[in-house]
Amino acid sequence: MRMSDVHKTIDAVWKIESTRLIAAIARVTHDIGIAEELAQDALVTALDVWPEAGIPDNPGAWLMTAAKRRAIDSLRRGRMLLRKHEEVARELEWQQQRLGDALERALDEVIDDDVLRLIFTACHPVLAVEGRIALTLRLIGGLTTSEIARAFLVPEKTLGQRIARAKKTLSEAHVPFETPSGEELRFRVESVLMVVYLIFNEGYTATSGDEWMRAGLSEEALRLGRMLGQLLPGESEAHALVALMELQASRNAARRGKSGEAVLLPDQDRSLWDHAQIQRGMTALERAQGLGGGAKPYALQAAIAACHMRARTAEETDWDRVVVLYGALLQVNPSPIVALNRAVAVGMVQGPAAGLDALDAATTLAGDSALAGYHLFPSVRGDLLMKLGRLSEAREEIQRAIAMTKNLREQELLANRLKQLEKAAAG
Amino acid sequence: MRFMMMVIPEGYGSAAPDAAPSAEAVARMMQFNKSLQKAGVLLALDGLFPPSTGARISYRDGKPTVTDGPFAETKEVIGGYWIIQVRSREEAIEWAKRAPMSNTEVIEVRQIHEMSDFPEDVQKAAEGFEHLNR
Repeated sequence: MRMSDVHKTIDAVWKIESTRLIAAIARVTHDIGIAEELAQDALVTALDVWPEAGIPDNPGAWLMTAAKRRAIDSLRRGRMLLRKHEEVARELEWQQQRLGDALERALDEVIDDDVLRLIFTACHPVLAVEGRIALTLRLIGGLTTSEIARAFLVPEKTLGQRIARAKKTLSEAHVPFETPSGEELRFRVESVLMVVYLIFNEGYTATSGDEWMRAGLSEEALRLGRMLGQLLPGESEAHALVALMELQASRNAARRGKSGEAVLLPDQDRSLWDHAQIQRGMTALERAQGLGGGAKPYALQAAIAACHMRARTAEETDWDRVVVLYGALLQVNPSPIVALNRAVAVGMVQGPAAGLDALDAATTLAGDSALAGYHLFPSVRGDLLMKLGRLSEAREEIQRAIAMTKNLREQELLANRLKQLEKAAAG
Repeated sequence: MRFMMMVIPEGYGSAAPDAAPSAEAVARMMQFNKSLQKAGVLLALDGLFPPSTGARISYRDGKPTVTDGPFAETKEVIGGYWIIQVRSREEAIEWAKRAPMSNTEVIEVRQIHEMSDFPEDVQKAAEGFEHLNR
């Protein structure tokens, strides 16, 4: 069904206004679930009234007034609205007056802090990661349940339940609607950034489903990242994450070949990279480094991406610097994947034999974790062995890699490599 | 998707070279810019000097002719622009509706072509574009 123009406009108004609306109401209700219900009620009223009466001049204020009326109505009908408000008075009249005033004030005041509280609450560690993602897209992205479900390739009902469960968890855990401070802040910022980056990657690695919607997730993550950069201007990792996402997304047009196959970084047509976006990424990275956060995880990853983006050709890449940066990243994030990437870079700088040594270290780090079954380990090993002329060993490794991946496109890439190997062995 | 919001101020075509907006107008505009930035949608923005300081280059059979501004015959000229990243055409229009414009100003909203919107042969012809951008 095609949405009529006025519905499309209302949807756009909602995407612009809903976050601040929900955040302002949540300041008064102290419960983001209730805040969202009231905001949704206001939206339903708008959908009813605006197609006839036209879009109001100040749709944000209109929605707030509508939400306020709904809040007072439901209070009158005895729905316990201010479940968590400590200062709730007994008399209904007084409550109504107070609620109305408080909502009025909430809208008038500067509410950036409310938006920040909303983000921190939606990304609260008490929630399962998938719940944080869904709630963030719903409350801060202004996406509908159906839009989120389509993007994540799950049934709408499942996603609705996921959101309901998350709201219930927050309510039951009595998660306060506040900005954390001190040591807690650092930890909570990490959770927010992780959620944003997961949303980005969900879109970035899209290989199936409603591709447009999924690519939209990357753009939405970028928007959320820029928002965070504004709300937490002193937080270097917020800017670093924006840098990392801008730099990765700038390669989008070059990441797929003509028949939709994946094109890896060294083989990409660099003229297809979005240079305005690269510039934005570089600016955000400089900002993160200027704040003294150059050695933090997102900043290091962005700096590595920047090394690739600065090179006119894959051969011109400053691999020495890439090795140094991966080494530093390994210090703060000792993950087998980081070690694997470092091994690739070492192979480029010091030759395939040194690369193999570094890869052994990465493999040891992976141990018998789930990552030991990650196809890139044998795939990289196969490449290094091939460069060393140990062709039969190389072939075995590539065959192992093919067996380990379920991704058809990856299998194709590897099968091509196997063909090259056989050609080399024959010649 | 990206959109350009272009400001078309009436009379800007014949404005003096040193024409500048009032401090109040700039202050209102900054508030709007800030709201775009806080929403995470702002990618770039710039204001342009009046056409009286500019030049127009027209081409006849590939031969360029330069005309210095102002351009008496031109009614609509661009005074400045924003580039925003939004989720729909309607959202771009909604943002434009929130801009603090006077009776004599118009905003035109246009979607920016992404390379992937072009047919393959055009993409091919754009190869080497990176060198222009550096």
